[in-house]
Amino acid sequence: MAKEGLGMEITELRLGLPGGGTEKNEKKRVFSEISEEEETEKSNGPPELQSKSQVVGWPPVCSYRKKNSFGDKDGSKTSKFYVKVSMDGAPFLRKIDLALHKGYSDLAKALEKLFGEALRDAESCEFVPIYEDKDGDWMLAGDVPWEMFIESCKRLRIMKKADAKGFGVLQSREALNGTLKE
Amino acid sequence: MNYFPDEVLEHVFDFITSHKDRNSVSLVCKSWYKIERYSRQRVFIGNCYSISPERLIARFPGLKSLTLKGKPHFADFNLVPHDWGGFVYPWIKALAKSRIGLEELRLKRMVVSDESLELLSKSFVNFKSLVLVSCEGFTTDGLAAIAANCRFLRELDLQENEVDDHRGHWLSCFPESCTSLISLNFACLRGEVNLGALERLVSRSPNLKSLRLNRAVPLDTLQKLLMRAPQLVDLGIGSYVHDPFSEVYNKLKIAIQRCKSIRSLSGFLEVAPHCMSAIYPICGNLTFLNLSYAPGLHGNKLMKLIQHCRKLQRLWILDCIGDKGLGVVALTCKELQELRVFPSDPFGAGNAAVTEEGLVLVSAGCPKLNSLLYFCQQMTNAALITVAKNCPNFIRFRLCILDPVKPDPVTNQPLDEGFGAIVQSCKGLKRLSLSGLLTDQVFLYIGMYAEQLEMLSIAFAADSDKGMLYVLNGCKKLRKLEIRDCPFGDAALLEDVGKYETMRSLWMSSCEVTLGGCKSVAEKMPSLNVEIIDECEQMEFNLDDKQKVDKMYLYRTLVGHRKDAPEYVSIL
Repeated sequence: MAKEGLGMEITELRLGLPGGGTEKNEKKRVFSEISEEEETEKSNGPPELQSKSQVVGWPPVCSYRKKNSFGDKDGSKTSKFYVKVSMDGAPFLRKIDLALHKGYSDLAKALEKLFGEALRDAESCEFVPIYEDKDGDWMLAGDVPWEMFIESCKRLRIMKKADAKGFGVLQSREALNGTLKE
Repeated sequence: MNYFPDEVLEHVFDFITSHKDRNSVSLVCKSWYKIERYSRQRVFIGNCYSISPERLIARFPGLKSLTLKGKPHFADFNLVPHDWGGFVYPWIKALAKSRIGLEELRLKRMVVSDESLELLSKSFVNFKSLVLVSCEGFTTDGLAAIAANCRFLRELDLQENEVDDHRGHWLSCFPESCTSLISLNFACLRGEVNLGALERLVSRSPNLKSLRLNRAVPLDTLQKLLMRAPQLVDLGIGSYVHDPFSEVYNKLKIAIQRCKSIRSLSGFLEVAPHCMSAIYPICGNLTFLNLSYAPGLHGNKLMKLIQHCRKLQRLWILDCIGDKGLGVVALTCKELQELRVFPSDPFGAGNAAVTEEGLVLVSAGCPKLNSLLYFCQQMTNAALITVAKNCPNFIRFRLCILDPVKPDPVTNQPLDEGFGAIVQSCKGLKRLSLSGLLTDQVFLYIGMYAEQLEMLSIAFAADSDKGMLYVLNGCKKLRKLEIRDCPFGDAALLEDVGKYETMRSLWMSSCEVTLGGCKSVAEKMPSLNVEIIDECEQMEFNLDDKQKVDKMYLYRTLVGHRKDAPEYVSIL
């Protein structure tokens, strides 16, 4: 748990006095541990392009540049953002490459293409897009900047709105421009 | 000076153009203040929340050119939530209502709506120049309004903006009567443009000096454009993909050879590397080359291109150039002043292809080097010490090691000594970004030696409050300080709160400062806005002063709390 979501540490419960000496070095050491781990993984196997972006905003490359360094015809980069997408009522899951989309509305269109039939056949008319983030929490899609979303999203689920109340999702925000409604 | 009539003083002030100098002039005495304010045409506002449009208009009725910056720098790296602020609309609305004859608007990191652009385009008869850098919130519809309504438009410069491209016909909205364009940059747009309209526009713009195309402009259009605009000084190529044996390619070669004035080249957003030889004829005159969006260009093709660029002063490149490629730069580009090496993989995975070796080579070969942005795999103290000796003229030194806490790989030591050498040697250093394993020691050096330092960026560094204190006490000219993930707490924050009034802003995120500490600053310094950005909305339920603050942004202001902050921002 300590290794995930460095930027979210403030939400973790911790033992010890606030501002204690050990905490200061913890962040640095934790980050080094992740780096060390990845270094050894790299030297062991074939050079996989693993996402080192455990931390939001590092390396400090501006988001425009990040978005526009993708999708080159070059094709030498492997995609890092394949996530499973499940939809309530659909018989099987799909996989989608988040990196190929520019933003939430783009993603909504893609999901519609993937699940078009299931969406049309469904009885209830409204769906809520949620995703599981690095901490294992289920989040409503659309709150954070797209950049942050693709870095932290592990899987997507298109949930029936009727079921949403069980998850404690309070507002009915049309996070994906309402395109998931029939 | 009291014996001179106002007109004489005004004439003298005309020669004083820098913002700093004009600000100083206005402080001398009441009559100078008055003369200066009536004659001032250009105003720069580094933080749009430091002053209100109304006060700006009241003080400078002769305003023609306004530069505004909105979000803090770390917003570039997704550390500032989407709708934090920086809206330009209130400014345009206020200016439109006034008698100000605005001619130029330059915005950076601001939220610009189509509505703002429309209002802008209709409110100022003589509007000439719009420059948007790292902005967002508008679509091509807003651009269409600018094109259609600004009859004397000279400059439309869009740099690295997030634009919602409706693939409309904004380019076609430039009327036939518009012949005044000097600069057109739409490289950041993703959508198709009407190529015919583009060709006609360029044909009727005899003063066009700068043209930067987007990815959707194919090679044959490029060739036609160059034939019509051989006077270009700055060219941004969109798509550079073609068959080297085609008719188009031959025509392109001829067209490029006619462009004897091109000094600045960028783009290659799509590139076929085997066709670069057509570019060689203009390389010898280039002073600025930006290949940082062209990952398809690397290895020998890239090196061959660079070998033709002997007069280069500024080079922006990807790290796939490698240390070896930087060696070629060092041998070829003796006039080089600015080097930026960006990561080919902006998410930091994989291995960066440049190390300390490349930097040392460039520092040895390019003695005029004064500005650096360098993303690398690793750095050593020895290398930094050598670089400091070779290039004492650095004004900007920004180093980013992809693993932000990596020590010197040879000695396993922190990089304190290396950066210490940089600040000691480069007496004119104004901007510094640190990375690598760093202790409080480096900050001691910075406080001691970096006398001209204006902007400092720190991440994952230091051991204690002492680090921050060294900087705040030592760097007298510090204007912007941005810190993330460092163990600086309330003791450092509160040591000298008066200092923050001499600075534009301070950003601290994932540090050790508490809500109580921030409240204390706000209490003692009413001239500062102390903003707590709390996306997780923890503060709502837990108002304990001992709670650590995730993100704090404070800045001096003359107009108190802003009214447009979103829910998750509390201004103390």
